[in-house]
Amino acid sequence: MVNVAGNGGTGGLIQVRDLDKTYRRGGEDIHVLQGLNLDVSPGEFVAFMGPSGSGKTTLLNLLGGLDVPTRGSITVAGDEITHMSSGKLTEWRARHVGFIFQMYNLIPVLTAFQNVELPLLLTKLSKAERRQHVETALSIVGLSDRMDHFPRQLSGGQEQRVTIARAIVSDPTFLLCDEPTGDLDRKSADEVMALLEQLVASHHKTVLMVTHDPLVAARAHTTLHLDKGVLVEASKLPHGIPAGGVA
Amino acid sequence: MKFARIIWANLLRKKVRLLLTIGSFAVALFLFVFLAVVRDAFNRGADVAGADRLVVINRTSIINTIPLSYRDKILRIRGVKNVTHNNWFGGTYIEEKNFFPQFVIDPDSQREVFPELIVPDDQWKAFVNDRQGAIAGAQTAERFHWKIGDRIPIKTTLYGGGAWEFNLDGIYHGKRPQDDETQFWFQWDYFEEKVPQAVKGQIGWYVLRVDNPDDSPRIAKAIDDEFANSPYETKTQTESAFAASWVKQFGNIQTLIVSIGTVVFFTLLLVTGNTMAISVRERTSELAVFKAIGYSDRAILFFVLAESLTIALIGGTLGMLLAMAAIPGLAKALNGLLPSIVLAPPMLLFGLVVAVFTGILSGILPGWGAMRLRIVNALRRV
Repeated sequence: MVNVAGNGGTGGLIQVRDLDKTYRRGGEDIHVLQGLNLDVSPGEFVAFMGPSGSGKTTLLNLLGGLDVPTRGSITVAGDEITHMSSGKLTEWRARHVGFIFQMYNLIPVLTAFQNVELPLLLTKLSKAERRQHVETALSIVGLSDRMDHFPRQLSGGQEQRVTIARAIVSDPTFLLCDEPTGDLDRKSADEVMALLEQLVASHHKTVLMVTHDPLVAARAHTTLHLDKGVLVEASKLPHGIPAGGVA
Repeated sequence: MKFARIIWANLLRKKVRLLLTIGSFAVALFLFVFLAVVRDAFNRGADVAGADRLVVINRTSIINTIPLSYRDKILRIRGVKNVTHNNWFGGTYIEEKNFFPQFVIDPDSQREVFPELIVPDDQWKAFVNDRQGAIAGAQTAERFHWKIGDRIPIKTTLYGGGAWEFNLDGIYHGKRPQDDETQFWFQWDYFEEKVPQAVKGQIGWYVLRVDNPDDSPRIAKAIDDEFANSPYETKTQTESAFAASWVKQFGNIQTLIVSIGTVVFFTLLLVTGNTMAISVRERTSELAVFKAIGYSDRAILFFVLAESLTIALIGGTLGMLLAMAAIPGLAKALNGLLPSIVLAPPMLLFGLVVAVFTGILSGILPGWGAMRLRIVNALRRV
């Protein structure tokens, strides 16, 4: 279940209440998010759309604990993250969030295996256990045969699959994807989306994704449109406003 | 250790830059250690000085002599245990460049006053019984390939000039590595016999041992008071103060060396710090990924410091190996102009400490910057 009315109760995986985010630029306050509410249940696949500068990435950063709101609260799996210290938030991210970025953001000097292993180095898993987890993650994304390849030796689609493997290897509570197909051709984009769908369907992952692409958004269970700092379900948009915004 | 692979991979990211940085570090550290060794050589006199030894010179200057007759008067002062005397000979062996210090000594008291300079008893006995006998320091004997029994001519422009002939009866060794093994000693009686009448009975300086080093100020004052208002007033000081004033004759070497060393140290710091700053700036977005996926600020600082420390330790080790290989050669090239240039273990430890300190210091600022990166801003940088 996905709800933007702020009355979703306390049973959801993610609860966002009265979220504000204001930036100050050139002496002027820019209100990016205003009184935003959101409830997401486990196993949901949500796409956020909206024009450039509408605050999609800001919302994703706040949900992932990479940024702090000006006002309001975010609760994930019972943890209220808005008042956590920087150190606690770092630990929380390691446990609960898998990040997938548009530009892949792999470490170029590490192999696919080593990139995927990075989150596990923070755990107490033994070397053998880490290897097992990494091999499983890479097999899920179909790259078991590319373990020892460096990012420069992989195609864009393959790099993004390595990023997905890195995001899921520590079995996080949810995945945050910022334009996961934004830098890919259509075929690679389809493969990545199929993979995300599989993670939701077969592995019961919760996925929150920002995208400009209506075709990509259509693969999600729910598409939410960010407009003037608040979320609106795409099905409830007035006629004439394209779901993908104007970008 | 599970992070070693990440640190190593990051270090090897730009191999040419890494090699150049390590090379700069090695050369700079070598220079730093060499300067420290030279400074140490200049200070060696003060370091090896006996705590219970005093030196008495002519109050006017060390090149002015004092009478031999003072010896007995000095010995009578309460607290004085032994007295010996020396003269500077100032000769050269075969060629001008073959310089080493030659001292006229009193065989009766030399070993009591300088017990740290060891001459085997049989060699000493031969020396005492040979009016033209000489004892050479091990370093000088090795430098000129002398062996016991060799006839050694020393030319001098002082004391009437000409070449004085000596028989090498013995070789002395220092008890400690820092002891000066470059001196050449010969007998007072032979000297006294050959010098012009005007110089007879005149010695260069006295060295005396006292019963209790705490008594040194009183004894020094008593000696100088004893000879006050005489034609040969004296100046008595501890051996370390005497050595320090001797070094001052070269000019303010200490300040010069420390200044150059400081410049070298800061150059080292800037080279490594600049490399680390560039390296961190180049991978801002990667560091942001590390932070996003759960690496703490301290872990990020650790990565940067580990890299700068690795560069410093490799560069430092190479620099010290270079110093170990080059310093003996440089010491030979200086032809004994300095007492002895020795790369002692404490100096190697000092080099290692400087390397570690530089490594940490050069990584702190870039590491601090990396720690404070805002993930959302850094992720946007490519």
